[in-house]
This record gives sequence, structure tokens and C-alpha cells, in this order.
Amino acid sequence: MLIAIMTDIHGNREAFEACLAHARLLGADRLILLGDYVGYGADPAWVVDRVRTLVAEGTVALLGNHDAAIDGSDEDMNSLAREAIQWTRGQLGQEQRRFLEGLPLTHEEGSVLYVHANGYAPRNWDYMSGPMEAVHHFSRVEAHVTFCGHVHVPMLYHMSTTAKIGTFAPVANNDIPLLATRAWLAVVGAVGQPRDGVAAANYAVFDTARQTLRYLRVPYDTAAAARKVREAGLPEKLALRLEQGR
Amino acid sequence: MRWRLSPGTVIDGFELQEHLSTGGMAQLWTVSRPDDPVPLVMKIPLLVDGDDPLPIVCFETEQMIMPRLTGPHVPRFVAAGPLDPMPYIVMERIPGQSLKSRLEEVPLDWTEVAGIGAKVAHALHDLHLQHVIHLDVKPSNIMIRETGEVVLIDYGFARHERLPDLLAEEFREPFGTTPYMAPEQVLQDRADPRSDLFALGVMLYFFVSGERPYGTPRGGQIRRRLWRNPVPPRALNPHCPPWLQEVILRCLEVDPADRYATAAQLALDLENPEQVRLTERATRLEKDGGMKTFRRWLKARKAQPLESPNIAGQLSRAPIVLAAVDLSPGSEDLADSLRMMVGRILSIETEARIACVNVLKTSRIAVDILEDEEGRSLHVQRLVQLRHWGASLDIPKERISYSVLEAPDPAAALVDYARHNNVDHIVIGARASSALRRYLGSVSSQVVAEAPCSVTVVRTPKDRRAENG
Repeated sequence: MLIAIMTDIHGNREAFEACLAHARLLGADRLILLGDYVGYGADPAWVVDRVRTLVAEGTVALLGNHDAAIDGSDEDMNSLAREAIQWTRGQLGQEQRRFLEGLPLTHEEGSVLYVHANGYAPRNWDYMSGPMEAVHHFSRVEAHVTFCGHVHVPMLYHMSTTAKIGTFAPVANNDIPLLATRAWLAVVGAVGQPRDGVAAANYAVFDTARQTLRYLRVPYDTAAAARKVREAGLPEKLALRLEQGR
Repeated sequence: MRWRLSPGTVIDGFELQEHLSTGGMAQLWTVSRPDDPVPLVMKIPLLVDGDDPLPIVCFETEQMIMPRLTGPHVPRFVAAGPLDPMPYIVMERIPGQSLKSRLEEVPLDWTEVAGIGAKVAHALHDLHLQHVIHLDVKPSNIMIRETGEVVLIDYGFARHERLPDLLAEEFREPFGTTPYMAPEQVLQDRADPRSDLFALGVMLYFFVSGERPYGTPRGGQIRRRLWRNPVPPRALNPHCPPWLQEVILRCLEVDPADRYATAAQLALDLENPEQVRLTERATRLEKDGGMKTFRRWLKARKAQPLESPNIAGQLSRAPIVLAAVDLSPGSEDLADSLRMMVGRILSIETEARIACVNVLKTSRIAVDILEDEEGRSLHVQRLVQLRHWGASLDIPKERISYSVLEAPDPAAALVDYARHNNVDHIVIGARASSALRRYLGSVSSQVVAEAPCSVTVVRTPKDRRAENG
């Protein structure tokens, strides 16, 4: 079975639509969303509605920190994120807010764990931003494979039988075998706000039968997404980020 | 769970038959499964010493890389088992023995050594095209199929440029088979396909001279190859021709940039000795003296792993370009346009090798008289013209070669040449279309249709204008 994994959509309708269409063409059987549907982008209401429909059709959708900040505290956020969240609150209705509130933090299937930020304390939103953080994760989480987002840049960490940590920057369109002999932590890059200098959306596909993982890049209409950010009066920097992918 | 392995034991449907060998890191068994007539072999890593991670990491590496390899130069992958119930890899069994069985007979005849070298170089090029560096090329890892193709076995130390390098992450000390390790491997650079050319050079040296160029060093001695060059093979075996010594010593250069750029370029030289450009390497009869060695030692003290080049990048910078040159009277304009196009390719693909080829068309039926009235061989005459054509290209002489092929079907001859020599790009001229040419069919269009690689068709400015007018 092919599972498409998407995360950090951040109100970017153009990027999300492009990834959904791409996954359909690829023949993905299922979709798992790792959170952060809102914040930064200009189409939070549309994205939340689309996610609600997908969940009604069987998609698993998890909670991200930006989603949690809609009806919770935004004081841990940087000023840019906070400004975007405050604008986003005005865009969402009661039902959309209730939907976000009700999302789960984690999802497990056998020895595979799905989570927005990290596996050991999902609600503290610690970033898996390097091998040291990966050590932290591997020493506390039993799962054979963990998928997370939150960092926005795709990366693959793995731990050997002797507890050595490896870091691998994945190349797009390439099947990586997730060997049973080691533990894996796959950080999936952002759909709606890539930050590695490539202005194309990220997602990943996990083939459960072959136990392989493929990272993907999907070009989308960045000009339209950036224009909407500017028209909404959101900070200029958020529009530039989409154009530059950083 | 510990398994007692004996003939008849069944693992995941594979029945063990004969125990072939137990090496440092794995056991090898022939196996069979019901309804499968193909001879198979199962490799089971030795996980006896729990403190030594090398066998398991090599097994993981092989398990990652082998299923992705295809073609005649690798054993066909059949199945792999994870740790539970026990780790194994099942693959096609290559009949016969590895080249290790030939070590008792060294020195081998130099013609055989050159032949083996060319076959292994073809296999390595095919592997590099699949984004993989072998990094453990040595006689015991080379088998020869009954059909003649070399098969490279054992991918425990290999590197796939698009997959995590489990070995580099696990070990902070150099590892590998010390007599064959390239200098950059000693520095723990595992990203250069030219490391395989160094190891092949060590093997050819051993086969032709009867001795290993760097002995069997241990510990810190491995670093000596960063500054100490070997005794030239001709000093040990005078039968080794100068051209073969040139090729072997070029493979053994310390700096990868001084070796052949690709295995395909090495194969081209091994199969065309008359085209090998001889340098000081060919005539050298002793290793370098004190001063030169001392300078290299000073340089080596500061040597660091090189920045990671990529395999696909290295191969694409150093393509083999076939320039199909038409030398018949009236084709001068076309030959000029062709040379300009080749010059442009050279300015972009800076390590390209140019093979200039002209086809001398022979009749299919009659025995040809390949001498003109004055008795000069047409073949030689064509070669002289071809050299003249290539002389003004701005390229070092060791990277350009000239061949005149004799064949009744020029297009087929060019396509065959391209296929056999791993040509990446054919550049060929075409005269403007005309009713007669459409009727007869053109060489260039047949080459475009049948070539295994990219083809650029060149026309002259005059023909372009005629077309517009």
C-alpha cells in the first residue's frame, strides 16, 4: 500500500492542491496529514475545509502547533508566526476551529508512528532539527519508523544496531529502503512553506509492502500564492519566502 | 535465535544445499527453492561477535544496494531476509571461480591482463552509470560469466550516491581491503568513482608483475601510498609493453584527477593500445627518488578528504564523444561545421574524450582493393586526413583518438562502435535533404534511429540557407 504523507500546509492552497493531484497520479492509496494546516498562508479556511472533507473520506489528520495556537496560546511563537496566527483567527469560523481542536497528536500503525513535531513529547513541539535531537527521539521512542514534519526541510535520520546515528539529505524521486535492522526518523518537508532554497512543495510516499520511502518535490504556482499573501496584508516576508523557498 | 545450519535446513522457503565457503564476514551456501531451476546462492552474515558491527553494516549496505542493480555485470538479486528469523541475501549463482583462482599463476601473459582489465572496466562503467561505486574491487570479487562478461560481486563496502552511506556513519577509521584501497579511501572519501579505477590498476599491476604495488600494508602504513609510488611493472616484468605500463600507472595516480576520468575511457585505451598516448610513465623503470617523494609526503601530511563529488556528475563531465567525420571530397564545409560543434561540446564537457571515426565503405561482395593507383593504403590515407581534421581541436592529445573503420554499412559500423565503447554522444554531419538522398537513405538518419546514445546532427550554414531560400 502506498501512503502519501503531507505536512505543514500552512494555508497554501496552490501547493496543497498540487501535491494532492500529484499523489493521485502516483496512485497513492491513502493520505496521512501531519498537521499545521493554517498559519503563514492566505487560504486557511479553504485548506481546513479541504482537510475536513478528506478526513470524512478516511484520511488521518494530526494536530500541528499552528492549529493548536488558533484557540490556544501563541506566546511561544516568533513575531512573524504570531502575526499570521492572529490574522488567521479572523478567517476561521466556529466549525473550522472545533475541527482543528479535535485533531489527535499522534497516530500509530503497527511499528510506524506519525506525529507533527517529535515522538517523545508531541505537545511540547520540540524540533527534530539535527542528529542530537534525533538521538533524543531514538532513545525514547520504540517505533521502527517515525514520520514527522514541523522542521519544513526534508531529512532522514537512522540509528544502527550499535546506536550510531546517521543523517541523510534525501534526493527527490528515489526509493530508500527502510531496513528492518535499524530505526528511522523521517522528517517530511513542508507542503506550503519550503525552506531549503527550492520553491517547490514537499511530500513523501511510504510503500508499506516494499518498506521504501520516497521523497518528492512538486512545483506549484508560487506567484499566485505569494500574491494572495500580499493582498491579504500579511507580512511581506511571508510572500518572499514562498517565492524563494527559504 | 541461533540456527544450526546444515544441508537440508529451510530458511524462508530456500533449502540449503552445499556450504561453499565461510569468509571473514559471511557464509555462502548454494540453495534451491521448489519450482525454480535457477542456481542460487545464499549469503548469511556472521554475527558471532556482537561487538563488531562491520558484518551487519556491510550486510545492510548490500541489502540496500543489490536489489537496485541490473544488467549482466551484477549477480541478479532474488530475495533478502531481515534479522528475523535470520539475515540473508539470495542471489543468482555465477558458475565458476573468481579471479582469485588465477593468483597462483601470476605473472600472467600481458595480453590476457589487458583483456581482463578491459572487461572489468566495462563492468565498472555499467555500475557507475547506476550511481554505485564498488569500493572493494579485487580478484576475489570478480567472476566471469560463461558468456564472457565480468560480474562484480560483494557490495558490502559499496556506496550508492542516492542512499544513506551506512558505513561512513558507523566507522571513523578507514576500512576496506588494504592492498587495493585508493589514497582517497585512506582519507575516508567514499564518493569518487575513480577509486575503483585505482583498485583495478592495483589488480592489473599484480597480474602483470606478480607483485602487489603497495604490498599488504597494515595500520598507518596504508597512508604511504599518498606519497610513495610503486616500482614500475616493466622493472619486474620486461614483457609488459610500455603502453600497458602507461595505463596501469595512470590508474595508480594519487590524485584522482590524474587518473582516467571514467572507466569507459580506461576501457577504450585497454582495447586500443595503438591509441594510448605514451608519457614519462611508459618508460619509467624505477620509483621516484627522494626529493619528489619528499615533496609528495609534505603535501600528503595536509591531505584531507576531498569534497564529495557526485558520480553522475563525474560521468557527465567526462563523456566519450564520437565525432563521425565524412572525409569525402565536397564535404569540407560539413567537416568544418562538425569540428566547430565538437569544439563547443569540449568547452562545456571539460573532461570529454573525443573519438574521431571515419568509415571506409567496403563492398559487400567483391574483395576490395584497398590501395589506390599509387599503392598507398587508403586506410592510412584516411587516417592522415582524420588526424589533420582533429589537429586544430583544443584538447590534450591523450583525450583524442582516431580510428578508420572498414565496413559495408557505415551507419551500422558507427552504431556498433558506439555501443561497444560506451559512447555517450555521437556528433555526425548531414547533407541537406534531396530527392536522391531521400531515396538512398542517409547515414545520419540511420544512426539517429539506431544509436544507443544521444546524437547531434550537424548541418552547414550553406545548407541552412538553401533550405530557407
